[in-house]
Amino acid sequence: MISEHLSPWVWFGLTFGQILLVTVILLLATAFLIYGERKIFAGVQMRKGPNVVGPFGLLQSFADLGKFVIKELLIPDGADKVVFLLAPLITVTLAFGGWAAIPFAPGWVVSDINVGVLYLFAASSLGVYGVIMGGWASNSKYPFLGALRSAAQMVSYEVSIGFVIVTVILLAGSMNLQTIVAKQGGGFWHWNILGGHGVLGLPMMLVMIPMAVIFFISALAETNRPPFDLAEAESELVAGYQVEYGSTPYLLFYLSEMLNIFLMCSLFTVFFIGGWQAPFPTPFLAHWPATLASLFGFLWFLIKTLFMFFMFALVRAVVPRYRYDQLMRLGWKVFLPTSLVAVILVAAYRVFVPGV
Amino acid sequence: MALQAIAFYLLAAVTIGAGLLVVTARNPVHSVLFLICAFFSAAGLFVMLGAEFLAMLLVVVYVGAVAVLFLFVVMMLDVDFSALRAGFVRYLPIGGLVALILVVEIVAVSASVASHGAAAGAAVLTPSHDITNAEAIGRVLYTDYVYFFQAAGLVLLVAMIGAIVLTLRHRAGVRRQNIAAQVARTPATGMRIVQIKSGEGLSE
Repeated sequence: MISEHLSPWVWFGLTFGQILLVTVILLLATAFLIYGERKIFAGVQMRKGPNVVGPFGLLQSFADLGKFVIKELLIPDGADKVVFLLAPLITVTLAFGGWAAIPFAPGWVVSDINVGVLYLFAASSLGVYGVIMGGWASNSKYPFLGALRSAAQMVSYEVSIGFVIVTVILLAGSMNLQTIVAKQGGGFWHWNILGGHGVLGLPMMLVMIPMAVIFFISALAETNRPPFDLAEAESELVAGYQVEYGSTPYLLFYLSEMLNIFLMCSLFTVFFIGGWQAPFPTPFLAHWPATLASLFGFLWFLIKTLFMFFMFALVRAVVPRYRYDQLMRLGWKVFLPTSLVAVILVAAYRVFVPGV
Repeated sequence: MALQAIAFYLLAAVTIGAGLLVVTARNPVHSVLFLICAFFSAAGLFVMLGAEFLAMLLVVVYVGAVAVLFLFVVMMLDVDFSALRAGFVRYLPIGGLVALILVVEIVAVSASVASHGAAAGAAVLTPSHDITNAEAIGRVLYTDYVYFFQAAGLVLLVAMIGAIVLTLRHRAGVRRQNIAAQVARTPATGMRIVQIKSGEGLSE
């Protein structure tokens, strides 16, 4: 967050530098997240996982990167060339763009906008375009079926994600992500998953824990992750919308999938488990220098987000794939009514319970 | 201010250019994609006006949901281009009339904004700087205009029920999954053990 009283060009330069920094760190982090996910996946199946390139296989992702980049770029005959190449670009742009509003630590956010929640919601709901455009432009049956499936799936689960986010906004009273996190300070009993208002709010965890679970499952569906990876179900659609992609465009799809998953993990952290807040009261931070306090906050944010990522990776390894009609049933007939009732309950609690 | 002007003219030019391409693109899917581009630039213009809440709503509702369904339908339609072009001359007069009415309306609105609205120095509607966009809209929407808001909600509800009633059909003889029944199955209801004498089989 930069002061707005600087001259425009200095402001532009500083913001550009911040964006570059976040992008590079995210790219590096993604490389090791992919490695970590493969290790977790392998661990569940009692395999070793990547272990050849570099110490403990740590450089596996970089080897994969090299392999993807030097492969030949194939564009299928009859494909819509521009849209075909635009689809992965849009996907990866949106995946990076979402990170602009994520508060990493106190004061550490690229763009501290008042409608941060809506911005992130928009960024995640636009992800469907990459899938649809990629599927359609491939001019092939399997990608097209995969794209149609995933369009319906992502639009359906956006609805319940939206309502879950509304409950969080109601609890925090703000759509600014920094404010949402700041309101959850003072120990884990202030976190939104446990009601968000200290001891007085604890009864609300009866509503907010299910909301957190719904958000988690909807996030899996929104990012096309197993058990909801019907857009690319290999037993039915070979690889869905990605069938015709290879080389760097495929790499971009894969990269943005990982980035979206990590974004969803950090969103869960921000919305429900206190973002950069430590799980215990931190009055001593007032005496610390601001940078050190921010680093302390960033550490907690990282720990929580990595824990959520571990959960995401574990779900992929242990849960079998859903059937399509079951997926739709879950989204429309279970999550939508539940989250709708929760919105009413949280709103009533905010209006009628004094002192919160 | 120079940066603002550059941003404004860029966004405005992209909006108008994309709008033109929506109607001139040969491929309907490209038309929808240009429409999305136009929505996006319009959202950018909203941000420049300081109406970030409206901008986000435009992106979430129109780009994120409505245009996806547009794209969905257009992709699955088998559009015959020659048939589309055949009616061009026949529909030109009525299309031109609609366009003319729209132009007159836009000019009238712009003129009234220029002479009576914010451009003429009238009071700006945003209450103050420390109230966020969403809060400002909420304070007006849920107090002064609460009945209109509820009425709009009712209209949408009726439209939704109407759409469901029109498209819902119950076909006879379709096997549906009853999850409660599946979960309630026990070994007692799910199977029976039969003793079969050798060489006789089971008469059903």
